[in-house]
Amino acid sequence: MTVPPLVEIKNLHVHFSVYGGQLKVLDGVNFVMRSGEKVGLVGETGCGKTTTMKAILRVLPMPPARIPQGEIYFKGRDILKMSEGELAQIRGRGISMIFQDPTAALNPVFSIGEQLEAVIRYSSDQKKPLSPQEVHQRAIASLQEVALADPERLLRSYPIQLSGGMRQRVCIGMALATGPELLIADEPGTSLDVTIQDQILRLLRKLVEEKNTSIILITHTLGIVREMTDRVYVMYAGNMVEVAATKELFASPQHPYTRGLMDAVPRLTGGGVSDGIPGRIPNYLNPPPGCRFHPRCPQAIEICRREKPPTYKLSEAHEVACFLYADNGKGTQSS
Amino acid sequence: MSTLNFLVRRIIYSVFVLLGLSIVIFVIARIMPGDPARMAVGARAPQWVVDRIREQMHLNEPLPVQYGYWLRDALRGDFGLSLVTQRPVTSDIREFFPASLELVLFSGFLSAVGGIGLGVLSARYKDTWIDNIVRLFSYAGVVTPSYIFAILFVLLLGWALKWFPIIGRLSEEVTAPPVVTGLITLDALLAGQFGTFLDALRHIVLPALSLAMGAIAQEARITRSSMADNLSKDYIASARALGIPERIVMGRFLLKPSLIPTVSILGLDIAATFSVAFLVELIFNWPGLARYGMQSMMHKDLNAISAVILILGAIFVTVNIVVDIIVAWLDPRIRLSAARSA
Ligand SMILES: Nc1ncnc2c1ncn2[C@@H]1O[C@H](COP(=O)(O)OP(=O)(O)OP(=O)(O)O)[C@@H](O)[C@H]1O
Ligand code: SF4
Ligand SMILES: [Mg+2]
Repeated sequence: MTVPPLVEIKNLHVHFSVYGGQLKVLDGVNFVMRSGEKVGLVGETGCGKTTTMKAILRVLPMPPARIPQGEIYFKGRDILKMSEGELAQIRGRGISMIFQDPTAALNPVFSIGEQLEAVIRYSSDQKKPLSPQEVHQRAIASLQEVALADPERLLRSYPIQLSGGMRQRVCIGMALATGPELLIADEPGTSLDVTIQDQILRLLRKLVEEKNTSIILITHTLGIVREMTDRVYVMYAGNMVEVAATKELFASPQHPYTRGLMDAVPRLTGGGVSDGIPGRIPNYLNPPPGCRFHPRCPQAIEICRREKPPTYKLSEAHEVACFLYADNGKGTQSS
Repeated sequence: MSTLNFLVRRIIYSVFVLLGLSIVIFVIARIMPGDPARMAVGARAPQWVVDRIREQMHLNEPLPVQYGYWLRDALRGDFGLSLVTQRPVTSDIREFFPASLELVLFSGFLSAVGGIGLGVLSARYKDTWIDNIVRLFSYAGVVTPSYIFAILFVLLLGWALKWFPIIGRLSEEVTAPPVVTGLITLDALLAGQFGTFLDALRHIVLPALSLAMGAIAQEARITRSSMADNLSKDYIASARALGIPERIVMGRFLLKPSLIPTVSILGLDIAATFSVAFLVELIFNWPGLARYGMQSMMHKDLNAISAVILILGAIFVTVNIVVDIIVAWLDPRIRLSAARSA
């Protein structure tokens, strides 16, 4: 009997209704990870990383978001078809998420304690509810775990009273307080200065390793990916364009976009990663037909303008969605 | 501690607002054409009487000194005689004010409960028929003046269906409870007269509802749209993602931040009902301050007008303080920044 993957996304499409039409952001995303894996997700700003992750937890704001097509499995069960009750089982204890911007992710009108304690209370076994004292003790432990001093006082504080670094730590503590099997970390520490970001990532890594939590780590910084992940997905304009073991991806990137990303590394000075590739991400109202990368691709061929490239398997763990590899491996058509 | 600081600052600030208002009222009263002394004694009184009154009223002194006397009297609650009723303005006000206060309190309560309730319902069932009905009502409610609702209610609920009485504060056969607060409903309860309480309640429903309709509509709209805005915030996504049940997310983590704009506007609406209550008080024959104030204006009854305006000002300021307190309680950002700058 085969164990189903921890998460599997099949042909996911997400659109946003905006004034002037539909932003066709996710365009058939495929993704799979096993339990215990540490997976990286990279791609320049606006390519749909956060959107994909929010879709997994079904926390995209709907409207404006819409999922016209796709399946998202968590341990073999389709999240998109779950009832509120089933979903409640998965959120928190199954999958939890550190949001990209800690300031936006904390409710400004509730104290840290009110927010953290609610998370702890509802992610514990509802048949054996914790007493308020137990909840409080666990909240304190969660803050200590993320190396925050004076947790009692912190619990009484409001987000506005904390520094950016403290807010980020609180968010990490909160996401881990549920004891998740899978942690989604969306660019942790990006908004902070480099030394603090470094501390935060070190801390995150230590905690994830201690608890053997599976993790999806989104980041702009390739150095972090190299240090912290086993496998990496590269995303461009709503598609996963390449996936490989981390070492292999760095040693031999195949997709023209990935190569561009790698070239950009030395010049990476905070902000975008697109420095190595001229042009910018397409307009999602009218995305280019065929391969969405073709307007920027130095190696584009005729067919790229007309057809969407399928995913070609170069080896067991290395896949790339690009027509240049049509002869190297067998294509698995995705939509 | 910080909240106390905040409160003290607000009160000091309000005292200045009221002082400013009193100066404006005083100046307007003095530059109005006509001699206050002549008005006080009537057109046929001989000139020497008028001169004596002028002396008594300090009208020959410089204006700032006159203001000093006027303010001293006003603080003592002495606004002089009403030209119309020939009684001290203060006793008129003592009679009419509680009726209005009771009306406005009830209407404020209805606005808060009805507006927030409908707004939450509308947001909860966004884009369903419930939402559509609430929105339709909101548009209609905001543009329709309260006296139209008053007339509609009188005709429909009072006259045709006879569900509610439409005149005064109590039925004729019911004797008023002993005056403690002047609010009949409250006084009846204090006196343990439950039947009287119910009768007073039945009398106040329609005028209070007429006054509240606009605010209910307004509050429903604001609550709905701020809930809809906040629903796409990351803190809501985060609360859901971390496994907090939907009813807690909605009823707690979405509702509280969304009520901040509602409460601010609600305060303004409640304060404003005092000034727009006139026609409604007239229609329901409600012996209130708005009606008294309007009559004083028709008769150029300066003393009464000054007193009414000053009281309205004081109410406005008080309501604002209360609103500030509630908003500060809802929103720690305001509380904390106020404490810091204090
Ligand atoms: N609520 C929304 N309404 C409209 N468009 C949205 C919304 N959320 C995301 N989008 C669009 O979806 C696209 C992808 O956004 P997403 O946040 O997923 O990108 P990202 O890869 O996480 O970028 P970043 O690295 O900047 O976080 C963006 O172009 C954005 O305009
Ligand atoms: S499919 Fe064509 S356009 Fe797209 S990356 Fe490959 S070569 Fe470039
Ligand atoms: Mg993002």
